[in-house]
Amino acid sequence: MTNMNLYSRNDKMFVYLNMFLVGVFTLSTLYPFIYIAALSFSSGFEARAGNVVLTPVDATIAAYKQVLSEPAFWRSYLNTFIYTIGGTLMSLAFIIPGAYALSRPQLYGRRFWNLMVAFTMWFNAGLIPFFLNMRDLGLLDSYFGIIIGFAVNGFNVILMRNFFEGVPSSFEEAARMDGANEFQVLWKVYMPLAKPAIATIALFCIVSRWNGFFWAMVLLQDQEKVPLQVYLRHTIAKLSDDQEFSVTLIDAPYSVETVTAAIIVCSIIPVLLVYPFLQKYFNKGIMLGGVKE
Amino acid sequence: MTMSPHNAPIVEPVPVEDPYAPPKGMDRVVDHLKREWQLYVMLLPLIIWLLLFLYKPMYGLQVAFKDYSIFKGVANSPWIGFEHFETLFGNDQFIRAIRNTVIISFWTLVIGFPVPILLALMFNEILNATYKKWSQTIVYLPHFISSVIIAGIVITAFSPSAGIVNTFLGWFGVEPIYFLTKAEWFRPIFVGTGIWQEAGFQSIVYLAAIAGVSPTLYESAVVDGASRWQMMWKITIPSIMTTIIIMLIIRIGNILEVSFEMIILLYQPATYETADVVNTFIYRQGLQAGQYDFAAAAGLFNAVIAFVLVISANALSRRYSRTSLW
Repeated sequence: MTNMNLYSRNDKMFVYLNMFLVGVFTLSTLYPFIYIAALSFSSGFEARAGNVVLTPVDATIAAYKQVLSEPAFWRSYLNTFIYTIGGTLMSLAFIIPGAYALSRPQLYGRRFWNLMVAFTMWFNAGLIPFFLNMRDLGLLDSYFGIIIGFAVNGFNVILMRNFFEGVPSSFEEAARMDGANEFQVLWKVYMPLAKPAIATIALFCIVSRWNGFFWAMVLLQDQEKVPLQVYLRHTIAKLSDDQEFSVTLIDAPYSVETVTAAIIVCSIIPVLLVYPFLQKYFNKGIMLGGVKE
Repeated sequence: MTMSPHNAPIVEPVPVEDPYAPPKGMDRVVDHLKREWQLYVMLLPLIIWLLLFLYKPMYGLQVAFKDYSIFKGVANSPWIGFEHFETLFGNDQFIRAIRNTVIISFWTLVIGFPVPILLALMFNEILNATYKKWSQTIVYLPHFISSVIIAGIVITAFSPSAGIVNTFLGWFGVEPIYFLTKAEWFRPIFVGTGIWQEAGFQSIVYLAAIAGVSPTLYESAVVDGASRWQMMWKITIPSIMTTIIIMLIIRIGNILEVSFEMIILLYQPATYETADVVNTFIYRQGLQAGQYDFAAAAGLFNAVIAFVLVISANALSRRYSRTSLW
């Protein structure tokens, strides 16, 4: 199919026009990131004047110095790591054994338990009852509250269960013959087979934890505990509202825009680092969990 | 008693004790638990979690029908029936929030739905594998970026003094516009941002469907002298029609699911008129102003309608394709 000589002139036109249009879409996806990166390395004066378009103007790292010198920035970065790692491990600890049990045909009330998981995908009580519940459980302003309160997601459970159900029972027969119990079968037979599915779910969890913002903002009042996204939000909001800050900036080598851009760049970098792994797995993940016959 | 067609009593077979038969009744349950208790140990944490964090709040929904007081708690606050709902439907802001939710969803659907399909078709027509891989890698990326960062980019790009959008407009002699304070600009910016962020990623579903089309169809079309354009219209699009319709049904089912996190990040009092949706209304009334019972009523109303929509969409999709989402 790749031999261009086979195609008529119209086909060649079509192929090149299509490549061009895809190129336009791709560049327009990429451009905002380039713009932000350029802004973050530009001087405050040029940024304020709106002179930055594609590359840094009057290049400087002043904005980064300003951002990285804030202890609160590092504190929130550390917090995000705590929530991401803790939260992902917690999710796997609930989801893997639970999904395995749900996949076993001999489980009593299997339909009921499955329905109980699926129902949470169709109906949820909403913001207020969830918040009141977290408060009643004493989980406001707590690392543990954030880590456990969002551990399970019905979609991930069903994705994992579907994977386990798809494993032919012949895989476990040898282990059963040797008298392995359920824990051993899960650990020694299913977990190694399920590596791609587990990696997919772990990556979903990592991304949603890293990006999680709304509930962290609502549930955490203590600024020492907020994750990066909440810090980011506060800073951007403060920068764009604060007239005084702008006035003090007249002589500074950075500006509201360049500092905002620098914070954005700093928080995108870890996402870019895991992105190649994500890409490897998300296709699989969508195929695994999407549609159940 | 069951009667046979001839109205004669049926002779029941005499039960015979089978010493090897599996135990019955409670014995059977005990026997099963003795053998399979480990499965229930594995299941238990998940079930407890669901009860504690998702089902208990459903019980807490009763505050929608109560005069909730923090000191009395959910269970002990007095019942007041549908009072909150009556207030709700007399509340202009709530009516406005419903209208905004529907309008924003509508535009997200009408403009945002075709784009991923188009993208998938276009990716499919790219012959150079490297070019295809790189462009896909780039257009999937924004999906994985947090809404705070996306909002930060939007706020920066649309800023009146330094933003790139106003710089561009300035080249054509347009005066700077403070976009994010203009109610008429909120919806275009919000819908556009959503498409920019998600269209690439959403195209994966259609690319998977296209990958499933039998190559023999294309081979015989090539023999018949079909152009690529004709093959796209006559083979590719009809082949992925089922996927398109299922996705459309699902999207309509989720029409109340506006990404309110992004709205909270982008709206301001000046744009509430066009931007405030049901969930942002609940957030302000409940979590910011502390009217938990009233806001919970708004949430319950929203959740019930969403539930009906999702269930009907799933039933429709099941009927159409014999596949459903769960």
